[in-house]
Amino acid sequence: MTSAVFFDISGLSYLLAMFVYIVFLASRKHAVGAAATTITIFGLAFQSIALILRWIDSYAYWMTNSPSSGMILALLRSAPLRNLYESLVFFVWCLIFIHLIVEFKYKVRSLGAFVTPLAALTLVFIDISGTSKDIQPLVPALQSNWLLFHVLLSFLGYAAFGVSFGAGLAHLTLLTESRKEAAYIFWSIIVGVFITVLVAMGLDFLNAPPAKPDEVIQSYFLKSTFKSASGGVAVISWIVSIAFIFVVWRFGLGFKKILSGLSLTTDMLEEITYKSIAVGFPLFTVGGLLMGAIWANSAWGKYWSWDPKETWSLITWFVYALYLHARFVKGWRGKKVAVLAVVGFIAVFFTYIGVNLWLSGLHAYGSE
Amino acid sequence: MEDKEKTKQESSPVPDISDKIWDFFTSVKLTIVILIIIALTSIVGTIIEQDAEPEKNIQLLAKFFGDSMAPTFYNIFLKLDFMNMYHSWWFIALLLLFCVNLIVCTLDRLPKTLKIINTPMKPMGETVIKTLPVKKELRVKAGLAGAKDAFLNSLSAAGFRVFEAAEGDSVELYTQKGRYSRLGLYIVHLSIFLIFIGAIIGARFGFNAMLNIPEGGTSDVAYQRGGKQIPLGFTVKCNWYRTDYYGDTDMPQEFQSELVIIENGREILTKVIEVNSPLTYKGIKLYQSSYGLMSDVEGVFDLRVTPRGGQETAVYAKLGDTFVIPGTNVKVEIINFSPALAKDPMTGKLFTYNEKMMVNPAVGVRITEPGKPEYTGWIMRRYPETGLLPDGNKIKLDDYWGVEYTGLQVSKDPGIGIIYFAAILMSLGLYMAFFMSNRKLWIRLTGEKGAVRIALGGTANKNRLSFEKDVEKILSKATHLIEGSPQIPAHRERSKK
Ligand code: HEM
Repeated sequence: MTSAVFFDISGLSYLLAMFVYIVFLASRKHAVGAAATTITIFGLAFQSIALILRWIDSYAYWMTNSPSSGMILALLRSAPLRNLYESLVFFVWCLIFIHLIVEFKYKVRSLGAFVTPLAALTLVFIDISGTSKDIQPLVPALQSNWLLFHVLLSFLGYAAFGVSFGAGLAHLTLLTESRKEAAYIFWSIIVGVFITVLVAMGLDFLNAPPAKPDEVIQSYFLKSTFKSASGGVAVISWIVSIAFIFVVWRFGLGFKKILSGLSLTTDMLEEITYKSIAVGFPLFTVGGLLMGAIWANSAWGKYWSWDPKETWSLITWFVYALYLHARFVKGWRGKKVAVLAVVGFIAVFFTYIGVNLWLSGLHAYGSE
Repeated sequence: MEDKEKTKQESSPVPDISDKIWDFFTSVKLTIVILIIIALTSIVGTIIEQDAEPEKNIQLLAKFFGDSMAPTFYNIFLKLDFMNMYHSWWFIALLLLFCVNLIVCTLDRLPKTLKIINTPMKPMGETVIKTLPVKKELRVKAGLAGAKDAFLNSLSAAGFRVFEAAEGDSVELYTQKGRYSRLGLYIVHLSIFLIFIGAIIGARFGFNAMLNIPEGGTSDVAYQRGGKQIPLGFTVKCNWYRTDYYGDTDMPQEFQSELVIIENGREILTKVIEVNSPLTYKGIKLYQSSYGLMSDVEGVFDLRVTPRGGQETAVYAKLGDTFVIPGTNVKVEIINFSPALAKDPMTGKLFTYNEKMMVNPAVGVRITEPGKPEYTGWIMRRYPETGLLPDGNKIKLDDYWGVEYTGLQVSKDPGIGIIYFAAILMSLGLYMAFFMSNRKLWIRLTGEKGAVRIALGGTANKNRLSFEKDVEKILSKATHLIEGSPQIPAHRERSKK
């Protein structure tokens, strides 16, 4: 249970870091940026401790249930990647970790303002979605080493894609000149929707009691705004968010000015976007698609059954394959490929969260 | 050459039709279009529930198009094969088109790449070296031979095999590494193609079927969707099926069945299968996939009876049977059964909470012994202490056998070996394509009155930044090796003049 305290501290650190990164964007003060980075490192350290503690707890739990299993097997089976909650927490860890690497390697602090909101969004989502945080026993289908590596590598890949999403959005912001441009409209809507959802989930979090274990994932999600029981609230939510997206669209060019005042260059963003996809693509292909298929084959005797989760991973794969071919074969650069990088991550989001939220499937996580 | 061919094509009034087809399939634009179409139609396929009852999808469509329009849309989608779209002719055609595009595109490029790989490097001369993307110039105080040795040394330490060409008072070292990494993307494409082949073989020569076998039952066929029978070529028998639960919970820990393969009347092989651990025989795999309780079947209680102070013996009995505990005159009558018995925490009443699964089986017994009061009670499998009778005898419920069936997924996939091979190949190809690069280096050393002028130039088809770092390392190692030679950057020299 101590791990929960560490998780909470790390989550709060990331939220704080998000605000400080945004203040840094606006103020351009070096000290503010340094503070943002420090807070992020602090959060990552706490999250690492939390993950280790959780692993130890799960290990003890596994040993009480299967005292006869060997230590290696018990360690593998109790790795904290066993359900939706744990995998999302791991995603946040990878995202922050990769972001810090990029930050130090390219000396680009401002990217934090794009990446930390993604971490915050995930953490808030975990809290309001009602995904169970308890250490649960593994149902038989999940007792496979393939599954462990499948989740581990896919999430590393997703996190790399997450960084490319942040860099792609920043890149689009810098590249667009006029509000009428399709690419401008695209990024301003994405940013608008992103912030709207973040705020809506924040409201869910404030309104709903802390989620009880075993509640279904839909229990709180957007219930205090768009899906409110009161029709009036729902309508107002829609109006407010459309107005907000309009505001983002109307004043987005100012945002661009802030960004271009920083050390960000389009070349660097293009390179970060590509590099993170170049890391994410092989990881996702091997870990997500191939190992997922091998696991399915060992559990069900079918390596591919076109269920929604598999199909969405394939769609995601296609989008990134498109990115690579557009870039390398057709020589596309700039806006067009940045849009593909952003679309790719939307597909990732759908693969992991959307399918569970909106589509039913054979392996909607954890339920068999 | 190429130009000539082009003009010929343009001038001839009817371009060769096969060329046109080839051009169509080599176009990456086609790839982009196909990928987008496959992605978009696949999205529709994840929203519409595949292979489901019509009502489900009509309800679903009603959410998008309203109640009145839903059946119309349903029929349109049905006509377009969207209800089982991943197996429809047009989707498979799209996949095939994609595959052809992939092969043609890859074959079209392969000769060029092979040529790049096989073309030996040549010395280039200082002026060309200075135009390369990665470049360095400097002067060191040293003899030409000493400088050359130093570079040979540091290059081979970095894994480069070096060639050299001498010309007057200068030497050029040239070398490359990782030229076969250029084949990475071809390996990736080949593996995608192999996956198609594997999938086609699997679909053509394999099958996927289901089979439910009651405990003690046998079967020599499996059943496909729609009831088609698939002969297995041998007989499978299920000895028993069992679910284990975590502790006191109803959370399953493992599903297990013991299967026996019987061929020509002989038992060939016995194995306990569980999820993630199937049985394979003659290319057919039997997977644990489901289980259930049969209705209207009478089972046998497998009881382990231990008289006070005595030995445990197995007793098999049916509902309504009566037996005597060995060595005593205690009579046990089996009067009741529940597949899942629980105690209501409020009232303390016992009730069956699951009729469909043997979550917590229990047997109701009436125990009589002449001259003693009658005892009736429940003995539960999960709680062995319920079998400790007031008179000190012990009865354990080991199993209620013969009422459960095991649900097996039966599949044969002769393509799976190719799929696994392709998976390994794809991992390898991706590694080569993304984490390796073809790096070329040219180093021109020119002797100049007790000093050596060094011009270094290099190219990398990928990851140029890390190549630059490696070049720095090679350079600093070489200059260290050239004893007592302070490094004088060449451009500073020049600017002094
Ligand atoms: C979704 C399936 C596909 C995957 C995963 C894939 C993967 C790749 C990869 C990893 C590369 C190397 C990119 C790089 O240089 O970083 C590549 C390059 C290439 N791909 Fe694909 N590919 C796919 C489908 C296709 C198809 C259908 C075609 C057919 C037109 C094609 C044509 C090419 C070509 C021509 C290149 C060469 C680029 C060059 O010469 O540098 N690819 N592909």
